[in-house]
Amino acid sequence: MALIEIDNLSVTFLSKGHRVNAVKDVSLSVAAQESFGLVGESGSGKSTILRAICGLAPISGGAIRIGGQVLDRKAGKAFAVRVQMVFQDPYASLHPRHIIDRTLSEPLAIHGIGDTDARVMRALDDVGLPRNFRFRFPHQLSGGQRQRVAIARALMLEPEILLLDEPTSALDASVQAETLNLLNRLRAERGLTFLMVSHDLAVIDHMCDRVLVMQHGAAVEELTRDQLAGAQMKTDYARSLFAASADRMLAG
Amino acid sequence: MSLLSVKNLRVSFDTEAGLVEAVRGVSFDLGRERLGIVGESGSGKTMTGRAVLRLIRPPGRIEADSLLFDGQDLMTASEREMRALRGPRIAMVMQDPKYSLNPVMKVGAQLVEGLRQRDRMSKMDAHDKAIAALEAVQIRDPERVMEAYPHELSGGMGQRVMIAMMLIPNPDLLIADEPTSALDVTVQAEVLAILDNLVKTRGMGLIFISHDLRLVARFCDRVLVMYKGRVVEELAAKDLMQAKHPYTQGLLNCLPRIGGPRQPLPGLDRSADWAV
Repeated sequence: MALIEIDNLSVTFLSKGHRVNAVKDVSLSVAAQESFGLVGESGSGKSTILRAICGLAPISGGAIRIGGQVLDRKAGKAFAVRVQMVFQDPYASLHPRHIIDRTLSEPLAIHGIGDTDARVMRALDDVGLPRNFRFRFPHQLSGGQRQRVAIARALMLEPEILLLDEPTSALDASVQAETLNLLNRLRAERGLTFLMVSHDLAVIDHMCDRVLVMQHGAAVEELTRDQLAGAQMKTDYARSLFAASADRMLAG
Repeated sequence: MSLLSVKNLRVSFDTEAGLVEAVRGVSFDLGRERLGIVGESGSGKTMTGRAVLRLIRPPGRIEADSLLFDGQDLMTASEREMRALRGPRIAMVMQDPKYSLNPVMKVGAQLVEGLRQRDRMSKMDAHDKAIAALEAVQIRDPERVMEAYPHELSGGMGQRVMIAMMLIPNPDLLIADEPTSALDVTVQAEVLAILDNLVKTRGMGLIFISHDLRLVARFCDRVLVMYKGRVVEELAAKDLMQAKHPYTQGLLNCLPRIGGPRQPLPGLDRSADWAV
């Protein structure tokens, strides 16, 4: 059975009196320990799917099931233990006036988990940050270091599922490489399941086993890694995205 | 003779923490061609672009052995002479249309402002010229865009408006600072095609500043690779894959490829001699 199942999900926002269909009838399923990618232009609804899973966007149709159970909005804590999210912009997703120690220990306090000191140290070790970073503020860290903190925070409760919303698009190429390596290592060590959003097909290809191409809120085509590498897409849109990928530019 | 000649350009900032040298001795010559400047954040590529227009405020300081544009010395030019150059001769497209357009002014009003003020055009003529400029960057319904506020436009449209605005006075040199990094890949390709076409048909010089090595290689004739305020390598774009410098090679190798191997991506070694 798949760990994440999404059936005909629709998300509709009401904006200034008219309805915006951000996600239209999208279905996907992700097996345990699989890495699944969502790719598309801005406004294609890929991030909205992640936000709907977390309860940050209203579900207006369809269902989301985690481990066979339909999402229950009241199951706040139980949900947080299973599913965590890493956001796009590490400059905006960490509290600017909390030191890293407080950011990392807050989930432990909420869930009544003790042993805070050792767990925070281990979290910093795991993401490859020096232990003395504990007492720094986010503005004293670089973008890549902040994103490591965001990943460490997401892993504090040892979730099974990590939702990654463009985790490297704000980072330089070499820092992106380090962050992707870190994510891959953590996934291998802990058996995590990834649902990852990116606009960069090359990043998705490096990280994911399967990818769903989206456009205007609807699913266009699902591709396996081999199909992507072999340019075996059936729809014109997926092909144009593939052709426009910066990665293809040197080849072409 | 080259359009722009830069010799030993230095940009430094006096800060509380001491002297910060953002650009440390950059030299290049530019003809009517497309020159790419690539580097990571903090490499000084944007500062190089801004220094050419002398758009660096105190406490920032610009120094150069020579900074010549079309035979005119930019280092000794008065502020008045610089103003005459900015826009009509040298234009710059900034990175993010969200922050570079006036949010409380209609796009049309922003486009005609220069024409009315600088060129003393009539309302009608200015309007027609603005429409023509929007058409040149392939905006399909220019009349609607003229009446829109910047927040009503998508990122790609906003960036095209910026390019249109910069091209109205027909400059000889266009400096584009990450003109496509806020855009989706498919829109990016369109904007690049527009820029490419304009460079070809108008015979402009173009300085294309970007962090994306592969994009620059595809789009430019020549590439300068910058690291920590210095040019570490200069090469023809088509020879990029044969880059000699370890930094350039490192930048190329750390990018994932479609269909590439699943092993960890090679990082960048910053401990070597060149990195100090």
